[in-house]
Amino acid sequence: MKNPYSERMYIIGAMIVLPILYFIFRLFILQVMDTSYKLSASSNVLRNVTQYPARGLIYDRNGELLVYNQPVYDLMVVPGKLAPFDTAEFCQILDITKEYVDRELKKAREYSMFRSSVFLKQISSLTYAVLQEKLYKFPGFYVQPRTLRNYSGDIAAHILGYVGEVDRQMIEQNPGYAMGDYIGITGVERTYEEELRGIKGNNVFLVDVHNRIRGPYQDGRLNSPAELGNDLKLSLDAVIQEYGEKLMRNKIGSIVAIEPATGEILSLVSSPSYHPELLVGRVRSQNFRTLASDTLNPLFNRALMAHYPAGSAFKVINGLVALQEGIVHEHTRHTCPGHYTVGRLTVRCRFHTTPVAMPAAVQVSCNTYFCHIFRDLLDHPKYGSVTNGFNVWAGHVRSFGLGERLDTDFPNELRGNVPLAGYYDHFYGENRWRSLQLISLAIGQGELSVTPIQMANMTAAIANRGYYITPHIVRKIKNSDADNSKQEKIFTSIDSVFFEPVIEGMHRAVNGPDGGTARVAQVEGLDICGKTGTAENPHGDDHSVFIAFAPRDNPRIALAVYVENAGWGSAMAAPIASLIIEKYLTGSVSREWLENRILEADFINREIALADGQEN
Amino acid sequence: MGRKINIWTNVDWLTVLVCLIMLFIGWISIYSAVYDDAHQSIFDTSQRYGKQLIWIIAAIFIAAAVLMTDTKLFLFFSYFFYAFTILLLVAVLFFGTEVNASKSWFQLAGVQIQPAEFAKLATALALAQFLSTTKLKMHDAKNLFITATIIFLPVLLILLQPDVGSSIVFFAFILVLYREGLTGYVIFFMILFGILSLLALLMNEINMIALLVFTSFAAWIIVGRSRKLSVRSGLIFLVVSSIVMTIYRIFSPQTPIDVQLIVAAVAGGSMLLIISLLYRIRHAPIVAGFMIAALLYTWSVDYVFDNVLMPHQRSRINIVLGFDDDPRGQSYNINQSKIAIGSGGLTGKGFLQGTQTKFNFVPEQSTDFIFCTIGEEWGFVGSLLVLGLFVFLLLRLIFLAERQRSPFARIYGYGVIAVLFIHVAINIGMTIGVVPVIGIPLPFISYGGSSIWAFTIMLFIFLKFDAGRMEYIK
Repeated sequence: MKNPYSERMYIIGAMIVLPILYFIFRLFILQVMDTSYKLSASSNVLRNVTQYPARGLIYDRNGELLVYNQPVYDLMVVPGKLAPFDTAEFCQILDITKEYVDRELKKAREYSMFRSSVFLKQISSLTYAVLQEKLYKFPGFYVQPRTLRNYSGDIAAHILGYVGEVDRQMIEQNPGYAMGDYIGITGVERTYEEELRGIKGNNVFLVDVHNRIRGPYQDGRLNSPAELGNDLKLSLDAVIQEYGEKLMRNKIGSIVAIEPATGEILSLVSSPSYHPELLVGRVRSQNFRTLASDTLNPLFNRALMAHYPAGSAFKVINGLVALQEGIVHEHTRHTCPGHYTVGRLTVRCRFHTTPVAMPAAVQVSCNTYFCHIFRDLLDHPKYGSVTNGFNVWAGHVRSFGLGERLDTDFPNELRGNVPLAGYYDHFYGENRWRSLQLISLAIGQGELSVTPIQMANMTAAIANRGYYITPHIVRKIKNSDADNSKQEKIFTSIDSVFFEPVIEGMHRAVNGPDGGTARVAQVEGLDICGKTGTAENPHGDDHSVFIAFAPRDNPRIALAVYVENAGWGSAMAAPIASLIIEKYLTGSVSREWLENRILEADFINREIALADGQEN
Repeated sequence: MGRKINIWTNVDWLTVLVCLIMLFIGWISIYSAVYDDAHQSIFDTSQRYGKQLIWIIAAIFIAAAVLMTDTKLFLFFSYFFYAFTILLLVAVLFFGTEVNASKSWFQLAGVQIQPAEFAKLATALALAQFLSTTKLKMHDAKNLFITATIIFLPVLLILLQPDVGSSIVFFAFILVLYREGLTGYVIFFMILFGILSLLALLMNEINMIALLVFTSFAAWIIVGRSRKLSVRSGLIFLVVSSIVMTIYRIFSPQTPIDVQLIVAAVAGGSMLLIISLLYRIRHAPIVAGFMIAALLYTWSVDYVFDNVLMPHQRSRINIVLGFDDDPRGQSYNINQSKIAIGSGGLTGKGFLQGTQTKFNFVPEQSTDFIFCTIGEEWGFVGSLLVLGLFVFLLLRLIFLAERQRSPFARIYGYGVIAVLFIHVAINIGMTIGVVPVIGIPLPFISYGGSSIWAFTIMLFIFLKFDAGRMEYIK
């Protein structure tokens, strides 16, 4: 019986042979004609091995080493080269559990059998020493040296900032980074990341088919060695910084000290702080969580980011503006009956000799005097309206670097707030507000808010009699032409001749024989000029504020001190400022009693005790 | 009854030899693909090549056992075996182990069983059994229905797992149906629609529609006797289409232009269909019907591609069509595979000297992508040898199938041919980038016990029939 469809075997044969012939044709093109695939193949047998540079070191202004690097070792694994090993001994050396080993090896296997994965990050050199001798027992593992930050002291955490591993988002934004690289996240580590990080090196090796490195490719001509990061020399004075942090222990607040002639930041304290080592290495993420959840917010850099009222210390600026605008003269006097009263509004003042002119008004911090001159300024007929008068005032205030970012070399600086006329227009309606409604600005309260570094900078401008240099923390970068030591003077809108009466007042406030608000800050022979402030705090006890510079002529240090909830400016802030100035100018502290009083003062645990008391 | 014939002298040893050569090539290629310093012995059973050797040896015993089994067993139990496999396919949906989001495996006492592998064999047997009883009346509606059910029931169940790769294999049985008398149009239209799908994805819709309308008219004019009628029909088509387009412009201008065009062309085409039916023009209804079907199909390809396929399936198709060129993304596998094969050159890099197929540059290098290792280490010569072996094997099997006296053995033989062929075509097509990535093994060469055993059993059942063909007298 002949099958009627048996002819179809030829068609079926053709249907099978034709596609396979097509494959053969494609394979001929792919394997014999086309050479590009041979080139692609060679790029796979070269292995690029990254060489990680050490980050630049960080020194203080006197050459004291603050930040350096410690070698650590990442334990790498190539799962395809593993042989059975003694897990118990392995775990014991590295202080890890068997579950960890199983988990990490599984992860590594899933990634690749023949490429390296990180098995255990950041092994200390001590552990490494032990491991190194035994490493031959654990084939498939090898060690990749890395460096981690290390700190010579427990200071300046907020200034230095910290370093962390880049995440996916950062890599997308900065294409130069790869998984596993470190990057500065805050502080100087962040601002000067490009200087500090150095340049990653790359060694190109020839790898044979058995994954063994045969040697450098083309005798190493393509290798690029890692270049170390550049060292930084800070303007920071480690001694003053440490002393400031010591004085601020158990207090919330900030100290910023600047060298007026150069704008160099000598000290920048934000309290409470943390030990910089807490944010290094494997413990970083856990410690970070702990610090971030602390209600005292130790990660918050108050020196740059806390908004405070300026307080009475701001009266010096109002005095300067009034002098510049010709509202008062050095000898113009106002009588103070112990309060400033207009209609139902009363601003209280305290008892002092009366009448007062500018120096004495600053000396005794007379509220009445400054209310008078502030209103006289705003209401002066030459401006035509309060709005215009106010804008003139605000312009002068802003020329001291208030209300705007100073553009220091810190990330995350905040602006503070110097209100504009529009703010009051919005609040009261256009031309519907009078000088009286703004009266609290006369004594540094109201809508005005400042950061400690702005206050310190403002003080430096007063010390310089009319100009400041943008505050900065880095003085010099090694191997870099950038010289941060010489910078442009930024002039305020107040002529230098008007500063003397105000400075005289600040000098008398500290040194006045007939009594001043900050007598406690007096140090024989140092000629400290200062102004206290008591920043009214709607949420609790007033903040203690003090600004000062010294000596009076050719000042070498200008600073601002804020201590939260510590009451009068003379109570806490003034003594702290005085002790720091003394320490900086003389190298030692003569008033042990005062130092002890400050060190013992505790505004953190007291609060907690009070809170506890209320609960009970 | 026939004479008793010594089975061992009648086995087609040539096929057995080719099969053994392939198993050997597979074994040493797996050795080369997973080779590393730590495990140098090719007999090391902790490694894949060692295990493969065990499976090969087991496969030889299985083959011998199959050859000693009475063929009547396969005849009697083919439906039972099919039913049992269908049951397994249902059961695996409920009790299977989930791997990569698909339930394809049974995990029984440490042994993995994939029912889909058995389903290929069972379907080949059941199909042979059924078709050999229809006495060549394939186009009988009932017979067609049962045939389609036998083939597509397992496809449906396997798609539910879901395992697209395994289900595609079953379409190869259409080759068997063709051999047994299924009209050639089925294969013709399958190829036609394949080309159409490809064009629909490659070409912009508007060009595609223009092309289809144009070719249909050309066909229309050729088959239609009267020029006058053709011109009139063309005018009618244009008028109807224009009316549809105008209605769209007025009432629903936001409808995508390609949808508008397709609806307009289908409306015009339907008009022509009615006219050709009224005037009884020979072939004209076929052309018009084809045009309408092609237009609708074109549109549905795009629709399915954009709305039904999973993203990874879409990107695999895009890679083959050359739309995606992202060497680190989805096309990574294909790219690495092509680099490996391409770097082999004419004669290859030599045994164990391949660099691309190691260190995971090529994924799945010992299973689905084993052909890369061959291409890299043995070059074009090696590729030619392997493809040559497959061509030889398949043609030899056609020859064997045709010399069978029993329709059952012949049909079953073509079933084996179809299954082997589609595996080879998809697997090698995938490694050289002309077929989307579908994870199915290369018969007798890829690593894996299930796959080797399944192909061995399939092939040797046929060889058993062939060896005993003289016994069969009816």
